[in-house]
Amino acid sequence: MMAVIDSARKADESRVRAVTGLRDRWANLPYGWRISVLFAFVIFLYALPGLEIPLIKTPDTDFTSVLFLCAVYVLVAVGLNVVIGLAGLLDLGYIGFYAVGAYTVAILGSPNSPVVIQYPWVVCVPIAIAVTMVSGVILGWPTLRLRGDYLAIVTLGFGEIIRVFALNSDITNGNRGITGVPVPSEGTWPEWMDWFPGITAGRPIFSVSNVIGFYWLALTLVFICMLGVRRLERSRVGRSWLAIREDEDAAEVMGVPTFKYKLWAFAIGAALGGLSGALFFSKQTFINAQGFDLFTSILWVAAVVIGGAGNQLGVALGAILLAYLPERFREFADYRLLIFGVALIVMTIFRPQGLLPSRRRKVELEDRAKEGAVGE
Amino acid sequence: MLLELDNVTVAYGRIEALHGISLTVGEGEIVALIGANGAGKSTTMRAISGLRPVGKGKIRFDGDDITKMRADLRVVRGVSQSPEGRGIFPGMTVRENLEMGAYTRKLRSEIDEDLQRAFDLFPRLKERERQAGGTLSGGEQQMLAVGRALMSRPKLLLLDEPSMGLAPMLIQQIFDIIVEINQQGTTVLLVEQNAQQALSRAHRAYVLETGRIVKEGTGTDLLTDPAVKDAYLGVA
Repeated sequence: MMAVIDSARKADESRVRAVTGLRDRWANLPYGWRISVLFAFVIFLYALPGLEIPLIKTPDTDFTSVLFLCAVYVLVAVGLNVVIGLAGLLDLGYIGFYAVGAYTVAILGSPNSPVVIQYPWVVCVPIAIAVTMVSGVILGWPTLRLRGDYLAIVTLGFGEIIRVFALNSDITNGNRGITGVPVPSEGTWPEWMDWFPGITAGRPIFSVSNVIGFYWLALTLVFICMLGVRRLERSRVGRSWLAIREDEDAAEVMGVPTFKYKLWAFAIGAALGGLSGALFFSKQTFINAQGFDLFTSILWVAAVVIGGAGNQLGVALGAILLAYLPERFREFADYRLLIFGVALIVMTIFRPQGLLPSRRRKVELEDRAKEGAVGE
Repeated sequence: MLLELDNVTVAYGRIEALHGISLTVGEGEIVALIGANGAGKSTTMRAISGLRPVGKGKIRFDGDDITKMRADLRVVRGVSQSPEGRGIFPGMTVRENLEMGAYTRKLRSEIDEDLQRAFDLFPRLKERERQAGGTLSGGEQQMLAVGRALMSRPKLLLLDEPSMGLAPMLIQQIFDIIVEINQQGTTVLLVEQNAQQALSRAHRAYVLETGRIVKEGTGTDLLTDPAVKDAYLGVA
């Protein structure tokens, strides 16, 4: 048995080398080349709803809706990656923030919520982000003194508390939920966009029946947030997170105010979760507590880990797999918990660093494995 | 006195690990803390660096009471610790690890100067500059930990088991470097199981037994003390 695992691991290592080789080759390409390739890829992503590509289309669901879901999940993964991948804090109740963001928009923007003020979407969303950030700080303040497993348990509880609250509170209309969640804008497609397949001039940009507008908005937010997080990652903040993740005690004796930076990671992660929730439910136009079960929260964590915590492209890949596969292969959709569970076990044995790993994390995990082996 | 511990207690839950430790470290000294496994040496270090909260008693540093000060602020004040064992950042390169040591400092020119000094002290680190910390050998990691602790330009350098897991030749070398660092003006408090080396290099030393200081004296005095010889130097 061990021999089998060993040989599989060796085969995997050579594959890792191939991947990192590819990464080096990419990094060595001339700047202009890289920019052009990236640009083409971005254009491709925007054009995706209008392209007729066989095999990747989803048979039973509107393809653009699936793309929108992918984009929202990527946004979720980018936020969760700040918490798990960068700062190394295991947050199992991330869906709580997603819910807080979504409900804030619904409560402030819908005509059918118990709160009578009806703010437009563009006002609701910044408020929603601020509220989720505050909820992140409120959750983090007492709990970030805990480490590892304890933090995971507390966050798990938080996710559940939010759901039960939404189910029973008057302000969320309880189980009836809130209809009429505002859309980003009431505008209609202009004449000059008419050429794009699926777009008809004069029809609303943001509607449930045609989600191209939502998809493009989500995609744009994904790019902005990914670039923002990347900048953070390379700043002093990112360096502090890295130190905390690798060795919290050592970070502290280097002079890193660890609590402050963990709180920041929580707040920024929460803000991105809130934004994703706000975005997703303004497309749904309806929200109730059923959208926020713990399984989804745990699947998100699985997606981040399987994709490659710490590497934004990795977690994006994980999120896309999680959103896309059950829609593409509808017949297996009921088994998605099982499939992701098995994938997670297989990954922890053979490739704990994820599909597209962050280089540093890979060294860290190997280092930890070595330490474990010494301890045995 | 640069550092002063006055009747300090530390507890893990209900179990008290230090039952009132008092010790002093004067400016420019090398002071050693020796004792068996579980005597409370590392706990004492963690109390001084702020990783472990103090129950009763006071810690004074450079004239100020730092008993309740956060660990990261103590670094700013001039306390720097090289943590026990493998406290380096495995995913960061050697250079990034050293830069982390200078986290609290701003002046780039000074940091570069100190980087150079660390590489002068440990030429081996220069060779491995771009290598991830986690891939270094035990001895190299120990050098990195000491070099990194120096990067904050500390007034007081705390070294937790600098010789742990090293080959005898490397132990000699690392102690030579500790003396050199001290001669360049840094006060050193070190915890060691290797009592022979520690006592022969330190100006003064304390012997710790189950959370209490049972003996103190100059390094040479303790080296010749029959009880210390018997218990820690392995000579009957």
